[in-house]
Amino acid sequence: MTWFLDNLSHIRGLAWRHLWLSVLPVVLGFVIALPIGYAARHLRRGGGSLLSVASVVYTIPSLPLLVIIPGVLGTSFLDPSNVVIVLTIYAVAVMVRSAADAFGSVSEAVVDAARASGYSAWQRALQVELPLAGPVLLAGVRVVSVSTVSLVTIAPLVGVANLGSLFTDGFQRYFMTEVVIGILCVVVLALVLDLVWVLLGRVTMPWLQARSMR
Amino acid sequence: MNIASEAASWLTDGAHWHGEDGFPHRIVQHLGYTALTVAIAAVIAVPLGLWIGHTGRLRGLAIAATGALRALPTLGLLTLMVLWRGIGLTSPTIALVVLAIPPLLAGAYAGLEAVDRQTVDAARAIGMTEWQVLGKVEIPIALPLIIGGFRSAVLQVVATATIAAYIGLGGLGRYIIDGLAVRDYPQILAGATVIVVLALALDAVFAVVQRSLATPR
Repeated sequence: MTWFLDNLSHIRGLAWRHLWLSVLPVVLGFVIALPIGYAARHLRRGGGSLLSVASVVYTIPSLPLLVIIPGVLGTSFLDPSNVVIVLTIYAVAVMVRSAADAFGSVSEAVVDAARASGYSAWQRALQVELPLAGPVLLAGVRVVSVSTVSLVTIAPLVGVANLGSLFTDGFQRYFMTEVVIGILCVVVLALVLDLVWVLLGRVTMPWLQARSMR
Repeated sequence: MNIASEAASWLTDGAHWHGEDGFPHRIVQHLGYTALTVAIAAVIAVPLGLWIGHTGRLRGLAIAATGALRALPTLGLLTLMVLWRGIGLTSPTIALVVLAIPPLLAGAYAGLEAVDRQTVDAARAIGMTEWQVLGKVEIPIALPLIIGGFRSAVLQVVATATIAAYIGLGGLGRYIIDGLAVRDYPQILAGATVIVVLALALDAVFAVVQRSLATPR
């Protein structure tokens, strides 16, 4: 506890970096996965193979991918953008499936009704299917967010500091308190971020609240 | 020469295919850790998962435990184990077992839950004992999902065993951790490539096994 208070500003700095390294891949992953998931659902051919590519990508172990990416892209090995890129790749791989499930959960009858009342394809996608897919999309974001916050902690192995640095530093100094506090901080950060997504869901989908209150 | 072709020549250099530090030995080590930890985890998780799936008890607890473990940072768990139990094989083994339990548990209880209730009732109605219902009806039908649990557990352990090289475990992660320490990028890339190929190959084997076990409809 004393150690935690003594190093509060250091830990706060690491937590900020950790937050950015986690939020960026989740948001980027969502933006990229949304159209791919939509296409996977609606394309008659190729939809299934999009999903199998996503699941194969997800089986690639994280540390190897983290060191392969700079080799492929020509970025520096210690560049933080490698971490963001790798975590975005995983986020896309998971969210493509959840986005496909989310759009699949929208009732066909509702989409047909929208078509019958003259909605264009774009209007149907954005004003009918997207809001109705919202709850399942949110569930997908929450799963990815938790695992991303946890996965970021291996980045100190390639020289990118964040809360995971408390593990490598504690290990090198044989100081257990630091490692325990690191784990607690990571778990708390994951929970806080999860709460943010839930609140964001309530703001953007107020009708769900109204329904559950009735 | 660029890094990719340097890595390729590192990979194909005959000197890296012999002895303690050679690829064959490291691959066998890596697979050995994986087999050991998944076996230990299975002894704990599969009976528990089958019990939860069969009786429907403690289901909420199993889901909560699976979710909580996803939030647990693996590097934190690994370093904590070393500081607690000391360096050696025991610490990483415990950490890897802990991480292999949730997917195995989930595969077992989700597999049994997916079995049609009417099928189970029919089995009871024709006079099967609870053990027979479990062994002759539920497990065979749930097998693809149970194997799916093994598939996730194996991939999880292969990935984490790589990271465990940081706390002194052998296996393929050594190339990455040792390479990072001396900034030997060809070695890092060569090691990383072998791990990725190993993971994809294991995943493919499990995919084939799962497909062959699926009940014909």
